[in-house]
Amino acid sequence: MSVLIYIEHHDGKFKKSSLEALSYGHVIAKENNMATVAFVISDGRLPVADLGKYGATKVLTYSHIGINESDSKSLASLLCEVVKKENVTWIIFSNTLTAKLIAPRLSVRLKAGLVTGATGLPTKDGVVMRSVFSGKAFSAVKLNTEIKIISVNPNAYLINESPEKPEVAELVYSTSASTIKIKERRLSPGDIPLAEAERVVSGGRGLKGPENWGMIEELAKLLGAATACSRPVADANWRPHHEHVGQTGLAISPNLYIAIGISGAIQHLAGVNRSKTIVVINKDPEAPFFKSADYGIVGDAFEVVPKLIEAIKTTHG
Amino acid sequence: MKILVCISRTPDTTAKIAFTDNNTKFATEGVQWIINPYDEWYALVKAIELKEKDPSTIIHLINVGCIDNEPIIRKALALGGDEGIRVNSNSEDAYVISSQIAAVAAPENYDLILLGKETIDHNGSSIGGMVSEMLDLNLISLSTGFQLNDTTIEATREIEGGEEIVILETPCVITCQKGMAEARIPNMRGIMAARTKPLKIIEPIPVSPLTETMAFELPPAKAGVKLIPADQPEILIQLLKEEAKTI
Ligand SMILES: Cc1cc2nc3c(=O)[nH]c(=O)nc-3n(C[C@H](O)[C@H](O)[C@H](O)COP(=O)(O)OP(=O)(O)OC[C@H]3O[C@@H](n4cnc5c(N)ncnc54)[C@H](O)[C@@H]3O)c2cc1C
Repeated sequence: MSVLIYIEHHDGKFKKSSLEALSYGHVIAKENNMATVAFVISDGRLPVADLGKYGATKVLTYSHIGINESDSKSLASLLCEVVKKENVTWIIFSNTLTAKLIAPRLSVRLKAGLVTGATGLPTKDGVVMRSVFSGKAFSAVKLNTEIKIISVNPNAYLINESPEKPEVAELVYSTSASTIKIKERRLSPGDIPLAEAERVVSGGRGLKGPENWGMIEELAKLLGAATACSRPVADANWRPHHEHVGQTGLAISPNLYIAIGISGAIQHLAGVNRSKTIVVINKDPEAPFFKSADYGIVGDAFEVVPKLIEAIKTTHG
Repeated sequence: MKILVCISRTPDTTAKIAFTDNNTKFATEGVQWIINPYDEWYALVKAIELKEKDPSTIIHLINVGCIDNEPIIRKALALGGDEGIRVNSNSEDAYVISSQIAAVAAPENYDLILLGKETIDHNGSSIGGMVSEMLDLNLISLSTGFQLNDTTIEATREIEGGEEIVILETPCVITCQKGMAEARIPNMRGIMAARTKPLKIIEPIPVSPLTETMAFELPPAKAGVKLIPADQPEILIQLLKEEAKTI
């Protein structure tokens, strides 16, 4: 029997969140004496054998030629074939947009219970903690089925090295019958994807206008962080919509979240309060965000942030 | 054109999250209920926009839930649905809920099934995908907008690291998010009309759940904020390095 992990990549590199999912899957496999099978749709540029470093005992690489990754029907058919062939009883995804496309369909096809947004490993009885109420609570969910599917939240499980020498199989599959045509695809290269970022610097309406984001970007760059914003900032088009975090935007759980000029409305907190460490910079000592923060600076962002940038440059330099 | 919009009832975004019965039930006392924002702002309003373009469009609304959910179905009817359907089941399992929706939808041959990308309480992001599989339909997940030309759909959807435009034919299932449409509020005429619009109640088909929610937990409370003087940000850097170990 085996644990199957769906591996994603971007710009010729494995996604960090996929390596987290692989480490997670490997722990389940070891506990149950199962094989750790990594599944990759590859454009041929990937160092697939490296997946052994994180516990993969077998790597199935399917050439991307002939596979329509936007068609959940044909992807589910491919995965079902793999599940049968490899005798898979656990399927692990990182809780990405890809997982949201495929996992529910797979759950129905395999009559396999699905837990999305898992925050920890399953217990012996198949109980998994997941994030609910937009990050304001957790629930313990029991999977009652023979095959179990889990999508793990990014940053919820740490990458573990556990070297194995994987058997690598290169395979092809054709989804030529696909009824979904991809007309255009726009990928933003390079940037740290917000959902997976370990550090995030976020700005709110307190920054007054888009022209003041230079210091936010500089701070983010110095810290190796991604940038985010509150909803009114995205609504006013000061920042792109994909940076909007909160109840109606992206929910994130980085190790460090720095909120600058954000009041800390409950809907904003919903998307960020799973961050491990929260720093709030706000000129209003009564700002509600301070109640949810670990560290705070009461002060004018236009004075504090440049000083912070200087301080980082001196200590790092 | 016949559209089914799936609507879920969720606590208002400012609701206090607490649990009762040994942490097995959400504490509903004093909670205001709303239509799940993704279902309302994006899926339903998009359906209404399509009806405004083509008045022969019929919009059915479906909710799987108990009688307490009827006010939100009426609100959705006031915004612009033509007929409401409530499947009388309290299930919290995505597979059971999807099975109920699919059972109602199968004989109706909807051209489009629209719903939000997730609910703000369960955050499962599963119903759209499950319904599409049960009905053997194509799925467009996390769509930020689409155009309909007769039976051809050109949809923009968010993917890891960017977005893409896909082309497909109806019927299909689309999960909607920001960008799809602008939130509206019901007007008086809509509210009056909603009172007499049909709201059908259907008993659920028997389905076994695949998962079971055992208990809830609140995150541990924060220890309290450590304030750092505004003129000494280097102290913050030091704390982040040595105490929080995050940089
Ligand atoms: C249903 C619903 C869903 C919502 N979803 C979201 C969501 O997903 N995400 C989200 O963010 N919001 C959401 N909101 C909106 C939310 O309620 C708040 O209105 C919003 O988060 C406020 O954004 P803000 O903190 O940037 O702005 P404000 O609330 O205006 O706060 C600005 C802050 O900046 C501070 N400030 C001003 N000048 C300075 C300065 N020079 N230096 C330092 N600090 C300064 C002020 O003291 C203030 O605290 C939602 C609301 C509703 C009703």
